[in-house]
Amino acid sequence: MEDKKIFTDPDLTKRTVIGPNGEDITVDPIQDYFCDALPKKHEPKRAKIFESFFNWARAESIWVLGFGTGCGSIELYPLLTPRFDAYRFGVQMRPTPRQANLMIISGYLSVKTLKRAIRSYEQMQNPKFVMALGSCTINGGMYFDSYNTINRLDKYMPVDVYVAGCMPRPEAILAGFEALKKRIKAGKAEGANLYAENFETYKKNQKKIIRDWNMPDYNW
Amino acid sequence: MEKIIQHLQGTFDVKVVKKQRDDLYFVTVGKEQAIPAVTYLRDAEGFTHLVMITVADWMEKGVFELNYIVHNYELHADISICTNINREEATMHSAHHLWEQAWTYQRELKEMYGIDFPGSPRVDESFNLEGWDNIPPMRREFDTLKYANETYFPRPGRETHDPAAYMKQKLYPDE
Repeated sequence: MEDKKIFTDPDLTKRTVIGPNGEDITVDPIQDYFCDALPKKHEPKRAKIFESFFNWARAESIWVLGFGTGCGSIELYPLLTPRFDAYRFGVQMRPTPRQANLMIISGYLSVKTLKRAIRSYEQMQNPKFVMALGSCTINGGMYFDSYNTINRLDKYMPVDVYVAGCMPRPEAILAGFEALKKRIKAGKAEGANLYAENFETYKKNQKKIIRDWNMPDYNW
Repeated sequence: MEKIIQHLQGTFDVKVVKKQRDDLYFVTVGKEQAIPAVTYLRDAEGFTHLVMITVADWMEKGVFELNYIVHNYELHADISICTNINREEATMHSAHHLWEQAWTYQRELKEMYGIDFPGSPRVDESFNLEGWDNIPPMRREFDTLKYANETYFPRPGRETHDPAAYMKQKLYPDE
C-alpha cells in the first residue's frame, strides 16, 4: 500500500469520535480495520508425508463461499438438494470468506462484481482455491464483446479448475469438485501461493479495469 | 382511449400518433411539451404509473427518441409520450418531481447515453459503471468489441461459425 490518498470512501477517512465516557478516540479505519501486510507464500511442510496428509484433509473438506455471480449461481442450489447432494463429497456452503476455502465464480463477471470478488477472495484464508464455471470465465462466452464483463478470469485471480459449459449442469460441477480434489491431493492447487508470487501482475491487471479503486491493495 | 388522444391533440402540439394496440399508443410531441403532456396524463387522465423512461438512439437522424411510458390502472392502457432531442447536446427536462422512480431512470440514461437531466437528484452519481471514463457505452458510436479487445485480455483461438452452415457441414458432410 503505497498511496493512502486513493481511498475516497468517507467511511475510511481518519476521524475523531467521542467515546462512551466523553473521551476523544482517533479512528483510522485503514490502519484499524485492515492489515496492510502483503500476501506471503506458504512453503509446504518439509516432510512429504505431512503435506500429503494435509492435502488429503483439505481435499475432503471443501467449504464453498456463498458468492454467486451471473447465471451459474442458480446451478449451485440444486447441488445442496438431496438429488445431487454435494455434502457427500465434503462440500458445504459457508456464509463468510473467512470460513471458506473455495470460491466459485459462477458465470460472467462484470467489473463491478469483480471488485467485490477480489475483495472476498483476498479475505479468504490460505489455502484457498478458485473454481470457475461456464464459458464466460474462460473466454468471455457470449459476453466476449461486452463493455463491462471480463473475458478471462485467470488474469485477475488464479483459477484451479474450470468447468466448461453454458451453464454447466450440477453433475458437471460435481465432476469439477472431483477434479479439484485430485489437484489438491497431488499438491498442484497452489493458487494462493501463485497469487502471492505474482501479486504485482494481478494487481496491475485488476487496476487496469477497476478505475475507482477505493479499497486497500490487499485486505484480510 | 380515443378521447384521451383527442384531448392530447387538442391541448398539445402533437406531431405523430401511432396506434400499436387498442391499449397502447405512441404520441410524439416536441421537447418542451413532453413533460407537460406526461403531467397532464398523470393528473387529469389517471395515468398514475410510470412504466419506464427509455431511449432509442437514432444515430442516422442525429436524435435520441425519449419515451415516457405511463399506465392507467382503470383502463389497463398505456400511452408512451415520445420526444426527439438533439444527440450532440443531449439535455432533457427532468421528470423527478412527478415520480421518484424517475430519478433512477434518469441516472441510468445519464450514465449509459450521456443525456443530462439538470436538477434531477443524484443524477451525476455512477449507477452501474463505477469510474467509467469513456464515452457512454450505450451510444451507438461506442465500439464495444474494440473496447473489450483492448481492455479485457481476449483469449486467442476464438472462432465464429455461421450456425446453419456449420451444422450442415457437421451432420451431412457428403451433401
